[in-house]
Parts: sequence; C-alpha cells; structure tokens
Amino acid sequence: MYLAKKKYNYTNKTIMNKQEYTITVYTENQVGLLNRIAIIFSRRKINIESLNTSPTEVDSVHRFTIVISEYEDVVRKLCRQIEKQVEVLKAYYNTENEIVWQELALYKVPTDVIATEVKVERLLRENGAHTVVIRKDYTVFAVAGHREETEALIKVLEPYGLIEFVRSARVAIIKGSSGFHERLKDFEQKEPGEEAIENEFLDKNQEVFSM
Amino acid sequence: METLEITKVKQESKKTTTISGSVAVLEAFLAEGVDIVFGYPGGAIMPIYDALYDYKEKLKHILVRHEQGAIHAAQGFARVSGRTGVVFATSGPGATNLVTGLADAMIDSTPVVCITGQVFAHLLGTDAFQETDVINITTPVTKWNYQVTDANEIPHVLAKAFYIAGSGRPGPVLIDITKNAQLQLFNYEGYTKCEHIRSYRPKPIVRKKYIEEAALLINNAERPFVIFGQGVILGKAEKEFKQFIEKAGIPAAWTIMGMSAIPTDHPLGVGMLGMHGNYGPNVLTNECDVLIAVGMRFDDRVTGRLDKYARQAKVIHLDIDPAEIDKNVKADVPVWGDCKETLPLLTKLVVQKVYPQWLQKFKDYQQKEEDKVIHDELNPTSEVLTMGEVIKTLNELTNGNAVIVTDVGQHQMVACRYAKFNQSKSNITSGGLGTMGYALPAAIGAAYGDPSRTTVAIIGDGGFQMTLQELGTIMQFKPKVKIIILNNQFLGMVRQWQQLFHEKRYSFVDITSPDFVQVAKGFGIPGKSISKREFLKSSVEEMLNHDGSYLLEIMVGKENNVFPMVPQGRGVAECVLSKEEI
Repeated sequence: MYLAKKKYNYTNKTIMNKQEYTITVYTENQVGLLNRIAIIFSRRKINIESLNTSPTEVDSVHRFTIVISEYEDVVRKLCRQIEKQVEVLKAYYNTENEIVWQELALYKVPTDVIATEVKVERLLRENGAHTVVIRKDYTVFAVAGHREETEALIKVLEPYGLIEFVRSARVAIIKGSSGFHERLKDFEQKEPGEEAIENEFLDKNQEVFSM
Repeated sequence: METLEITKVKQESKKTTTISGSVAVLEAFLAEGVDIVFGYPGGAIMPIYDALYDYKEKLKHILVRHEQGAIHAAQGFARVSGRTGVVFATSGPGATNLVTGLADAMIDSTPVVCITGQVFAHLLGTDAFQETDVINITTPVTKWNYQVTDANEIPHVLAKAFYIAGSGRPGPVLIDITKNAQLQLFNYEGYTKCEHIRSYRPKPIVRKKYIEEAALLINNAERPFVIFGQGVILGKAEKEFKQFIEKAGIPAAWTIMGMSAIPTDHPLGVGMLGMHGNYGPNVLTNECDVLIAVGMRFDDRVTGRLDKYARQAKVIHLDIDPAEIDKNVKADVPVWGDCKETLPLLTKLVVQKVYPQWLQKFKDYQQKEEDKVIHDELNPTSEVLTMGEVIKTLNELTNGNAVIVTDVGQHQMVACRYAKFNQSKSNITSGGLGTMGYALPAAIGAAYGDPSRTTVAIIGDGGFQMTLQELGTIMQFKPKVKIIILNNQFLGMVRQWQQLFHEKRYSFVDITSPDFVQVAKGFGIPGKSISKREFLKSSVEEMLNHDGSYLLEIMVGKENNVFPMVPQGRGVAECVLSKEEI
C-alpha cells in the first residue's frame, strides 16, 4: 500500500498540500462497520481528527462524518476503499468551503468567579454562547461553531478558572448535496442508473476520474 | 445452559418447517451447490458437526490436520474449480488459525466462505473458554464478516455470504455463529439466493465513453502492450481476452496470478512480468506507447519503482474494482467493469492489426534471456540438478495439462517461469501474500477441484515443513497429489537476497530437513529421493504414473539463484540477468 507522504506516479496532476477534508459516508446501520471504516485510516497510519456517527434524513441510512488532514490524492483513494466496503452506500469528500459545519463545545466555570468578575451577559453575546445550566458552584456554557470560535472562548474563560472543556465531533452538511432520498432509489434497484455509480463530489475535482 | 427458544409454527399458507440453525447452514450449502467442506471440529461448532452426520451422503467433509490447511485447501479448490470454497472451524484457536488463509484469499481475490463456531451469545465478552473476538480479528482480512446470534438470520446471512464471496472482485467471507444459534430451532421458510444488496455494487457500470477512448488510443498506438492478471480468470473471460489480443495483434504478458489464462505458448504471449519475470516484458514496459492493463492491480512486485514505471506510456486500466484504478499507477483511460463485458466491447472497436517489428523486439530480448539465463537453467552442465530442468522434465511428461500448485520462494519463481500450461486455472500459487506452507493444503483442495486433472505440488524444503501435517489428510482421504520437493537445503530466496544485498551474510537460512521420504512413508505415501540427472526423468515418470499420491524429493544446487531479477527499489527497465549486473 502507498504511504501517505510518499509521492508516486502522478502524471497528469500536480500534488497539492495537505489540507483538511471532511469525509461524509452514507452506510447501513451495522455493528462492526465503525471498525471496518476506522481501520482503513489506521492501516495507513492516518490520524482521524474527528469522527461523528449520526442518523440521516432517510430512516434506515446511517451517516459518518470524518475529518482528516491529507493530500487530495490520498483522500480520494481512502474514499474508494471506504466505498468498497459492502455496507457502505456512498462516500464523499469535501474541503471546508464546500460544506456547512459546526462543532459543539461545553465549558464549565465556577459560578462565583463569573458572577463577580465577568459580565456574563457580555460573554454570552460576544461569543455566541448560551448558558446550559447555572448552579451555585458552577455554570456550563455551550457554543456551537467553528474550531476558531470554540477555541477563542477557552482563551477568554481560562483566566476565570475554566474547570472543564469538551468539544464534539464535527457535523457537516455538503452545500451541493440534495440529500439521500433520491439517490437511495438508485441503490434499491438491481440495475442502477448512472447516478448510483457517478460521484459528483469526486468528479468535480477531476474531469476524467470518477467512481 | 442456554434455554432453547422454540418458535411456534404459525398456521400460514406458506410452507414452513422447524429446523435448527445448524441444519439451516447445511441446507444453505446444498442450495448453493456446495458438495465439499474442508474443516476441523471443536466445542463451539459441535452442533453443526452433529447435523453434518446426517448429511454425509450429500456433503463430503475433508478433515484437515490444522485449520490453516482447511482454508488453503478451500482456496486451492476455488482456484481450480472456479467455485466458492467452504470451511468449518471452531471458535478461538480454530478461528485464529484461519487468519493467514483469509489474508491470502483477500489479497489474491479467492472466493471462500468460512463458518466459525462461537461461544453462546450470553457468554460473548466474558473471556469464555475458546472465545476470541473473531469478527474484529478478521475484519481487515475479509471482504465481509458477520456474527450470527439468532438462527432466524442464518438463511439470509448465508445467502449474502455466498453472493458477496463470489461476485464482483471475489474474496473471503467469514460467518461466526454462536452455539445457541446453531442449536436454536426456528421457523424455516426455505432458502432464497441473494441477488442484490443495495449498498453493494459488485460490478461498476460499463461506460461507452471510456471504451471508445481506449479503442482510439489502441488504434493509434505504435507499440501497444497488454499486461493481464487474474481478473481474466476470475471473470471467466479467457476467450474474450484471447479474441481481443488476437484481433488487436498486441503482445501480452501475464502477472503470476494471470498465468495460464492464455496458453503459455500463445504466439502473442511474451511471458511473465515482475521481479523474476521475463526480461522482455519487464524492460519493454518502459518502451511501449500504450499500456493496456487487464484485471491486474500493479503490485509492487510487478512495477518495481513506481516513478520509473511506464512513464512514457498512456495507460488504459480495465478493472472490476474501482479502488484499484489510480491506486498505484494513474490511468489515462479507466475502463471500469467486468472484463468479460468490457473486452468484447473493446474488441469490436479495435482495428485488426499486427506489429511485427514491435513483437520482434520481445523476441530479441527473449533470445538474450535464453542465452544468458534460460539455456543453462534448463540444460545445465553442472553436476547438480537445477530447479529449471525439473520443471522442463515435468512439462515434457504432462504436456502442460497438469495443475501446478506452488509454494513461495525460489522454486515458485522457477516453476512459474518455466511451467507450460494449455488451459486456464492451472497455476495455483500464493501470489500477493507469499504464504509459505500454502502449496500442500492448496494442492489437496485443487485435487478435489478437478479430480480429472493431474495435480502436482512443487514445494521447497522450507515451505513443506510449515504444513506437512496435511500429509495426514492425504493419507486419510486419498486425493491424488503428486508432491515434488525441490530441496536446496536452504531457505533459498532469502539466501539469494543475503548473497546479493547483504554481503553473503547467511543469517539463519541454513535449514535442516527430516528424511522426507521416511516422513511420507509414515503417512503411507510412497516416495523417493534423487539427486542425479540420470534418474530425473524416470522418477518423475514413476511419480506421475503412480495411482495415488507420491512424494518425490529432488536435491538441487544449493546456491543457485533465480534470474532475471528486478532488484527492489529499481525500475523495471533495470532488470538484470546475472549477479554481476547488480
């Protein structure tokens, strides 16, 4: 197998730099599939930065959102390996500007400090945070947004004795996608239409190559 | 003890019967046309073996001596017969012993269905006796795997298993069945073969656009070159492939796995690719202008250094597996699809042509190889025997009609370089994984795969000692396997590398062997050991004429090397013919 960092036989394509890609995988809901997908990355020593599993708009279809930093060429190959798995319906990969995405962060801070030293109202307003719970001893804030936004609030709260911080995996919606209801009809058929095989999101980056 | 849940038979118009999960497994086999199982019983698979007792007439069971032997035998069976091989093993060690074979079948795309027993469902995760997490252990080395904990799942899970193993790019499937599910009685509504899984597309759609682009490239080519792999055999597209190269007039070279898809003496067949392949096809890969790859995956043993591989050529890649396209070598024209469908479409569009000058170039290189390597290997003047002359003798006596099963190492390369084949599915070897110990059990399976053909296993002295316990299987069930041990008293291939690349520091390659003839005798298999040329032909003849299995040990030159060679890290054009050139 190829290694992520090695440059191979690129004849008609220049190598871009590593960048962040969000991989969206539509699957059946099956025990063990998470492992099958995860080992596609670990086998190549690629670190998964974020992984989320979720239901979709279609009842029986499951969705993985995976974030990695890699060369496009590597990401394309990874998607093909993912799609090759029996229980995977479709895998897409996108750069940041092709998706709408959010991460959720929770912050626990001592209530007394907050109450005496900071204007809570200003905090909430400036950072788009809302209060999840206020107790005598601590308060929990929540922020949904991009990485920079959730990280900015850590900086703000650190001086006031941030007790605990946690951030969720990324959830993302592909801007150009029209959902999975229509596509699923193709998969249900024994003889699929071109649609089931063509991958418009993979196609977009190169004219000749598609899955 | 687990309480058995007995499903009430509903009063429906649909005809149902109440059977156990174990019987359902065997019924599924019969419905899939399985008539032979390679296996080994144990605690967690006992209910299935109990059910098998009543199916003895319909299902032949070959009791191997180790589970690795079972899966290699199933692989050999599958490769010769073109059908799916089936394996039984118990939980824990039984299942983990399958892993090497699963990995081998995965990388060589061999259709195998393995059924493993598992502890009772309520014991899962408790570190019960002979419990291992088989599903997670085998995930990277199976095309699909699944754990059954309820007998109701068995008919459709087995239908899926056979469908997935045998369709598209074939591969191994493992079904782990807990003991309670094997015992459980359930309402059986019959068996329906699986023909469609919505998340699984065995064959990509054939797109006309790429066929046309490929044909255009081929028709304008001056020095086109076809390289083909096992895809031609797995796709049962030997005829279509032959028609294609014959109409287009293009020289064609095979990978080790594609070997025998066309007869080895076909006028357009120019030999084997790869590290120890033929000189011409390796060097001329870097001189062709259009490279047409059919059902092969550009393994590193075929390509050598990738940045020196066919850079000048436009590449057309025909493959059923979309993940193979662009994986190692960028394709200018990707022709997705089953080559049984794509090749005829391409044949229709290509112009009838011949390339006499281009073909002559292959012949010139072949002559060079003949003069520098082949002649001496096949007609040695040395006192000691060479591996090559053994294969040559075998060719003469079998007329290229035998199934040849090889292990891994020098003997494998020599056998694949010099063996002659007239028909497809004749060269059975561990290609991608390079599994020493593969040949003996695979030859047992191969002998059952087509009992009408002569099966010859060619094995080194090292590899034979890895799975020689399967002589016991031969003793008991009497498949006719002709065993040739090419004994050079070394782990030859590693020794060759140590000689060429590690200053002749022979580190632990000096292997002592038992008296193989005595060992065989202990298993009731007649045999002979020879080291002199004058006995070679008569001994091989005696082996072939013997009605039953036979072991022939042939002592060969200790420090002979296999050439040509594309040293690791070099390009295919840097193929060398002798150690002086390295």
